[in-house]
Amino acid sequence: MTTTTMADNAAVCERYADVFRHSRRQSVLPIALIIAAIAYIAYATYLFEVPKLIDNLRVDRGVILATDSFAHKYHIVKRFKTGKVEVSLEGTRGQEFEGSYPEWVQVNDQGFDVDMGEGVTATVKGNVVQFSVPDNPVLTVEATEEGVLLRGDLPAWAKYSPRKFEARPSLFKRIQVTKTKVEVHRYFAGWENFFFDFNHPLNGKSFHEVVSTAFSSERVIPDLSNWQSIWRGIWYNKEWQHKDVFRALLETVIMALLGTVVASVIALPLAFLASENFNRNFASRMLIRRCFDFLRGIDTLIWSLIFIRAFGLGPLTGIMAIIFTMVGELGKLYSEAIENIDEHQLEGVKSTGASSAQNYAFGVLPQIMPVFISQTLYYLESNTRSATVIGALGAGGIGLMLVQTIQTSKDWENTLYLIILTLIVVIMMDVVSGRLRRRLL
Amino acid sequence: MNSAESFSLQLSLEEKKRRFYGVLIAAGCLFLLFKAFVIAEDMNSGSFAKGMSQFLDYPADILKDTLAPNANWFAKFRGYIPAMLETINMAAIGTLIGGIIAILFAFASTRNIHVWPPLIPVARRMMDIMRAFPELIIALFLIFVLGTSPVPAIVAIILHTTGALGKLFSEVNENIDRGPLEGLESTGANWLKRMRFGVLPQVSSNYLSYALLRFEINIRASAILGFVGAGGIGTELRKAIGWSQGADISALFVLLFLTIVAIDQLSSVLRRKVIGQDLTPGRLA
Repeated sequence: MTTTTMADNAAVCERYADVFRHSRRQSVLPIALIIAAIAYIAYATYLFEVPKLIDNLRVDRGVILATDSFAHKYHIVKRFKTGKVEVSLEGTRGQEFEGSYPEWVQVNDQGFDVDMGEGVTATVKGNVVQFSVPDNPVLTVEATEEGVLLRGDLPAWAKYSPRKFEARPSLFKRIQVTKTKVEVHRYFAGWENFFFDFNHPLNGKSFHEVVSTAFSSERVIPDLSNWQSIWRGIWYNKEWQHKDVFRALLETVIMALLGTVVASVIALPLAFLASENFNRNFASRMLIRRCFDFLRGIDTLIWSLIFIRAFGLGPLTGIMAIIFTMVGELGKLYSEAIENIDEHQLEGVKSTGASSAQNYAFGVLPQIMPVFISQTLYYLESNTRSATVIGALGAGGIGLMLVQTIQTSKDWENTLYLIILTLIVVIMMDVVSGRLRRRLL
Repeated sequence: MNSAESFSLQLSLEEKKRRFYGVLIAAGCLFLLFKAFVIAEDMNSGSFAKGMSQFLDYPADILKDTLAPNANWFAKFRGYIPAMLETINMAAIGTLIGGIIAILFAFASTRNIHVWPPLIPVARRMMDIMRAFPELIIALFLIFVLGTSPVPAIVAIILHTTGALGKLFSEVNENIDRGPLEGLESTGANWLKRMRFGVLPQVSSNYLSYALLRFEINIRASAILGFVGAGGIGTELRKAIGWSQGADISALFVLLFLTIVAIDQLSSVLRRKVIGQDLTPGRLA
């Protein structure tokens, strides 16, 4: 076995100087790129004031929002001025309990007594609130004209100031005391009233009970058969608006589907006019190509803003916007595919004396069909996503509904529900278009 | 009747049947499209025919405002350039960070490059979900938690970019020549070194060109996200449209259009330089 010395190495390096210089450049380039990337990220961090943002981060808001999206809560409120106790779901109007309360709530003349689960209890007598958590001393809070008084040591999970006492021993239990009222929240996992809304006679019944109601002859709502009252109860649910949600989903899907299909049908003949091998006229070819660029360059969003003035709120606006952008996008792709076809096949068809229509049908179309189908299907999924976005900015559909629920921040479980539905629709479109693509090609 | 004749008869029958079914399917599709259009028309607040006649009204209004003698269009155009730069920066940082995370995901989700097998389906599903989220939803959600700032939009772009680029990158990874990998393995190189010298040199040019295409798409996306309060040109556009300031609207439209076209051209030149051909953009949308 031979060994090389330093001198040999140097000699080799000298002899193949080009090779080694090249390798040095190659090893420096990635490092330079990484440094540039880090520098840019640092610059952007400064530019977009990320540190300030992290300071202002509202974690509590995020936590409330996250809990709200998969749980519902009961509000038990006593106003000290009137002495009135209100028990309601989510604290919204129209969802107050009258007379009969959940069994863990006891209302009396003095105030109320709430079992918050896991041994946590809150008792209100007059202006005095007693809050007891296992393994902790009982906290006594008194609301007076001057402010809130606390007796006992403040645990880590509570906050106290003369204006407000607030405690959250666990995620699902919360109590607030101010000068004017005491408010107890108890959370339960799950979405409430998903099938029947609060005022429906079947609200809160188990699945088994609902099924047996459907078969019983005793009518729940006198005017309707039981099947109908179940169906209507679910379909016209005021809180979850299943009917409107379904309609909005349909709107979004129609927007994407109709927009993509119509655009691909319009784009195909235009693509022939824009391709070099079928249109020898330079001026008209360039004109069509620039039209494609123009249609593509203006985003779907901007088209939808223009169309909304003309067509008003609704799917037509979205369809037109998608058609306009997609004609540009697909037209460009198809014309490139047409320019890349194999001329031999066309010549072969021509040599049989085929008519011009037959030339296209058997010489050209079979070659561009794969591109036509696969691109149209690829865009179907992406257009479903665009349809939700332009919908959100005014064209209607599920996007608009979603924005409304987020911006009114009414109830985050509705938002989560809509997000999940949107994701399901987009993923379904992806799966369907993928299946079709594999089957057709 | 001899066998050849009967065969050709059968063939023509088959052909007729095929054609019949073809026409039937086409008619069915046409009917469905028409039906969908009728539903859409029904759901819409304005009608199609009326809309068509009003179609040019709005652009005409904008044009009238733009051409008005005191419009001061060029000054407005210049005034919006900083907002456009902010939008470009949002897209760039989103593409950069998203692209870097996408590379990690791509390596985690590629078969045949010796990653821990149970990781592959997990990484793929995560990318599917990231891709399916419309950016606007994430941005709206984050704006609620973080307040109005470009950062929610950037995070939204990063998430979507990671999902979209990760999938494309992993497809690139699967099509590599495995020779260099085996060569490196025989020298006893560790996993990182095998990826660095065996895989990255083969895929980096494709990565770059996909990332450039994504950058274009992200510029549009960040312009849209500005609409919900994420800053940049979208926010300006929303203001201008809300106040119906025709000259401002046209200045913003032209600026956005020019930027998109410029980036489109620039990235297509770069792409051709890097890999010598264009990729099919449809796969990216």
